[in-house]
Amino acid sequence: MSFQAARPLDPVRWLVAPALICLAATLLLALPFRFFGLQLPEPVVPMICVFAWAVIRPSVISAPVILTLGLVLDLLWGSPFGLWGLSMLIGYGLTLTMRAMMTGQSRMMMWFWFMTVSGVSLTAGYLFTTLAFDHPPSLVGAIWQLFATSLLFPFANRLIDRFDDADVRFR
Amino acid sequence: MAFRQDTFGELKVPLAWTAGVALVVCVVIATGLMLSDRRGTVENTAHAATQQAVDTVVTPVGDVLSMPGRWISGVFTFLGSYWDAAGENRRLKLKLQEAQRSQDRTTALSLENARLRTILGIRTDPPMPMVTARVVLDARGPFRRAQLANAGSDLGVAVGFPVMSERGVVGRVVGVTSNASRILLLKDVSSRTPVMIARSNARAILTGDGGDNPRLENLRGFDPVRAGDRILTSGDGGVYPRGLPIGRAVKGLDGRWRVVLDSDMVALDWVRILQFKDFAQLADPNALSRGAMPGVITEDPQARILRDAASALTSPQGARAAGQAPAPSAAKPPTGSAAVPRSVTPSAAEKPRAVPAATPDPAATAPAGRP
Repeated sequence: MSFQAARPLDPVRWLVAPALICLAATLLLALPFRFFGLQLPEPVVPMICVFAWAVIRPSVISAPVILTLGLVLDLLWGSPFGLWGLSMLIGYGLTLTMRAMMTGQSRMMMWFWFMTVSGVSLTAGYLFTTLAFDHPPSLVGAIWQLFATSLLFPFANRLIDRFDDADVRFR
Repeated sequence: MAFRQDTFGELKVPLAWTAGVALVVCVVIATGLMLSDRRGTVENTAHAATQQAVDTVVTPVGDVLSMPGRWISGVFTFLGSYWDAAGENRRLKLKLQEAQRSQDRTTALSLENARLRTILGIRTDPPMPMVTARVVLDARGPFRRAQLANAGSDLGVAVGFPVMSERGVVGRVVGVTSNASRILLLKDVSSRTPVMIARSNARAILTGDGGDNPRLENLRGFDPVRAGDRILTSGDGGVYPRGLPIGRAVKGLDGRWRVVLDSDMVALDWVRILQFKDFAQLADPNALSRGAMPGVITEDPQARILRDAASALTSPQGARAAGQAPAPSAAKPPTGSAAVPRSVTPSAAEKPRAVPAATPDPAATAPAGRP
């Protein structure tokens, strides 16, 4: 057996680079474009990383990077500090505990899991916002954001396909 | 199976555990950060300095990045107006006729208003300068509706200033740096705006929920709002000046009154930040609280007891209670130094006499000699 196959993944390739791409996409989608009176949707782009990283393999670095991503989102969008960090970590934890069930599933089933994890993260954000302001936010708005986020699954699937078999210890 | 038998395969369990520990630690950190950010107001956050630093850096970046979008939007607007030129021309001619009639009425009403104000001597609001800014970032999620504009304290923007588009109120400034200001929209879940309905003058609180149509809550009065009513800022609380247009009332699908915001009718590229300071901010609080308090005139309790006793003796009820016949004529009011409060001057001696008359004590308030 060759140790080449078991070589750990380069964190820059599978963690840092996707995180930076997600932040850049978030910044672009936050620009005030409006065409024919319609605004761009505002998906939670880092959910791609949250889902894909947990499916690819457990990692000590993933959780701190997700927390950092969440804090940057809070600062960019102006939401309460820690809201998105905590919400996305809950989604990451759920995926991590369920990854044995997820791996090897069909593409459509993985899409369903991605929607579920995104829904759990958004539900957590919904509850935290309600607690923070003593007032529930718009359910329609949350559902709309979940819909926009779930459309990002092909990117998460691409990330999983690229790094899933890179470390054979976690197949 | 072969992997699990060698030493390298055993690394799977510790890594999974350490990943779990890292996750728990991060969750604890995130929870601590969120609890530390519990705020009294939207303006006062525990991490305001960090937020301001990020706003300062992000604003020029967003300004540059949004430039192609503005160009593309401009191209779409140009193309749309080009294709719709004939129809738009007809509409504009009709609007111009209406506007000219409206302008005549407005001129007449303005003159009359100014004349009446002069007669009444009403002190009008101070003139309100404004700063024009461009929106460079727009958070549209359900948990935060905020924007970043490229004008800050260098141009005189301060926290609390109202922000308007060309059609209506957008929100207010909740954070400011030297080159940027963060605007909390009326739609945000933490936004509460005192408003009034123009038709009925009823008051309400416009409550954002992260959706596009904020709710009208705490409505007061009989039939306070109808569909299509104009909603304006009421000026209560001094957050916004009175009378700024906000939108129109509509009945939501959930049965609640909601508002279609005027500011949504146009693209929010440019906003005007009103440098508004309400009366409470303009007035000098030290000057208001300075000076001697007016003297408090109190009644002498001893005089009160004597007067009540005299009234009881002279009134029929009091006489019956005392087992005596009522006095044949109206009794004299109590005289003498005992009836005059000690704390007042002789010129003000009559004032305390009104105090018992206002009290609900029947013995003290019943006119003397009444059967």
